Amino acid sequence: MNLHEYQAKELLASRRVPIPNGSICYTPLEALIAARQLKIDKIVLKAQVHSGGRGKAGGVAVLTMNDDIRSRAAEILGKRLVTNQTGPQGKPVSAVLVEEVIPAEAEIYLGVVLERTGGQVTIMASPEGGMEIERLAREFPDKIFTVIVNPLRGLASYQARDLAYRLSNNNSAATEIAKIISSLYQLFLDYDCSLVEINPLVVSGDRVVALDAKVNLDDNALFRHPEMERWRDRSQEDPLELAANKDGLSYVRLDGNIGCIVNGAGLAMATLDLISLHGGSPANFLDVGGGASEQGVTDAMNILLDDDRVKAVFINIFGGILRCDVLARGVIKAFKTREVHLPVIARIEGTNIEEGRTLFSESGLPIELISSLDDAAKLVVEKAKAA
Amino acid sequence: MAILVNKDSRVVCQGITGRNGAFHSLACRDYGTNMVAGVTPGKEGQTVEGIPVFNSVSKAVRETGADVSIIFIPAGYAREPILEAVDAGIRVIVCITEGIPPLDTASALYTVRQEGRYLIGPNTPGIISPPEKCKVGIMPGYIHTPGNVGVISRSGTLTYEVVDQLTKNGVGQSTCLGLGGDPVVGLSFIDVLKMFKDDPETDLVVLIGEIGGSAEEQAAEFIRTEFNKPVAAYIAGRLAPPGKRMGHAGAIVDGGTGTADGKIKALTDAGVKVVENLTQIGSVVKTMLK
Repeated sequence: MNLHEYQAKELLASRRVPIPNGSICYTPLEALIAARQLKIDKIVLKAQVHSGGRGKAGGVAVLTMNDDIRSRAAEILGKRLVTNQTGPQGKPVSAVLVEEVIPAEAEIYLGVVLERTGGQVTIMASPEGGMEIERLAREFPDKIFTVIVNPLRGLASYQARDLAYRLSNNNSAATEIAKIISSLYQLFLDYDCSLVEINPLVVSGDRVVALDAKVNLDDNALFRHPEMERWRDRSQEDPLELAANKDGLSYVRLDGNIGCIVNGAGLAMATLDLISLHGGSPANFLDVGGGASEQGVTDAMNILLDDDRVKAVFINIFGGILRCDVLARGVIKAFKTREVHLPVIARIEGTNIEEGRTLFSESGLPIELISSLDDAAKLVVEKAKAA
Repeated sequence: MAILVNKDSRVVCQGITGRNGAFHSLACRDYGTNMVAGVTPGKEGQTVEGIPVFNSVSKAVRETGADVSIIFIPAGYAREPILEAVDAGIRVIVCITEGIPPLDTASALYTVRQEGRYLIGPNTPGIISPPEKCKVGIMPGYIHTPGNVGVISRSGTLTYEVVDQLTKNGVGQSTCLGLGGDPVVGLSFIDVLKMFKDDPETDLVVLIGEIGGSAEEQAAEFIRTEFNKPVAAYIAGRLAPPGKRMGHAGAIVDGGTGTADGKIKALTDAGVKVVENLTQIGSVVKTMLK
């Protein structure tokens, strides 16, 4: 689960990591009042969306007290922000963070991740902050320092300090940075994060401040942080993806017109690739899961059929735990409760295959069963083109 | 003698009295596995169709000589069972459970590695060796057939799809292993490739990868420099949009890294035969074996 910048900053503040003075605003008037309350000349309005690249997309505005703050805030709050990460439909701006502008003498990158290969919490830091970490990794790889943390010992103070001295020549700033590094590491563990990032952490006079912050909570661990649910922002998610997740299904919206339902994430991804190879365009990724029940299958079909971009449906099942007869019943139930006029191509294999086939053929539904996966994929592509 | 598990492996099921634990323990036994014990704290003395249940893994090991464990414990509680298995002396731990918080996995894995044991998974269908009639997992046994091809995969049903094709093309399997769909897992492609390298019964390896992480790229480098047997591969997820988790917790293209195309290129450059059309893997491997 991703958090907004202002939520991430709140978490940082709770761990005594310095953040800019400011407040979160939901209306243009609130933004104006918040700006005035900062009692400084220059402020920044930052659109709160789950995406990077907000500045380039017009979601960040630096203003003075002479500018029309209210109108600018209205403009930002009213938009769907389209960044290089949101896709063309963009994301609605939920709120605007109004903060003091802090002149930066130095910009530092700090990040904490669970590194996949070694399976250990890793701190990444660079004195060249302010740019995206991917670009940093490309252009200044030798300016990225990493510390792998021993899970039995945790992060020692000397490790945080050694890293801090490499990030800043200013000794008092380095002392502050060391504390921040330790706080970030602890935050990462305490909330089961997948990422905690400050970019940039700025040194400004005798202040060290987190100008931007990102915290992603690992979805697998949310069950043990139920209080974080209050920060979920559904407006930042695709509605069909949300509906699917509620049913315990994995669903990702794509751009095409062939609705796909598959059991197993790897097979589901492979099915999309196969359809694409044959010139078709999938509308979605949908993994009904290995242990799906009949109702689970029905729910999955309904989510698919709720998507009016879908012109043909492709069902690809290799039944291991999920039996083919259970699948067939689930699909048939979905079709019988609504009028479906779409071509449906199904290729099913595995446990109880014969029962599944019989159920489909006796259902009277226009479901074509093809035994060859390749032929089935080619056929559904044809059907979608013809529709 | 196959890798990791064989006909002499003695398997204990942690979580045997749960629905999945019971069902799959019996299915493994039906396949030919020596399912010697189960563990559910508090239920010692019970049996699951003849399989004795113990209160602890160490007791199960003492009483039955179990050396392999399969874990069916819910995600929120799965970290400690792994540690318990290590402490009890279990050599190979297969963790089927999906949804374990990665920090828990990382914590357990640290100990597993320190003690020189093997963790397969989590979020894996398990491991099966058809020539040894040993299945420690949830895969359908009937699609497999004994042979000389090793299969290493990050998937579940996609692996079954590939194995089914191999079998239908007259190509049998030596050992098939699911690494698991999570971002942090125990054995990696390289770990298993090293085992297959030294396995006289495996003549060719099929790698099934997907987006996310850099395991395939690292494997490619190992194959290029240190692996002489032929390798075929299929990589899923070319159509995955960046930043989206595609079902598996570990299947995500993150900031440009972990793309399917990147993995395909790395493997191809390393001399691996990467198959583009999933439905052709069986016939391609058959040709490669000639």
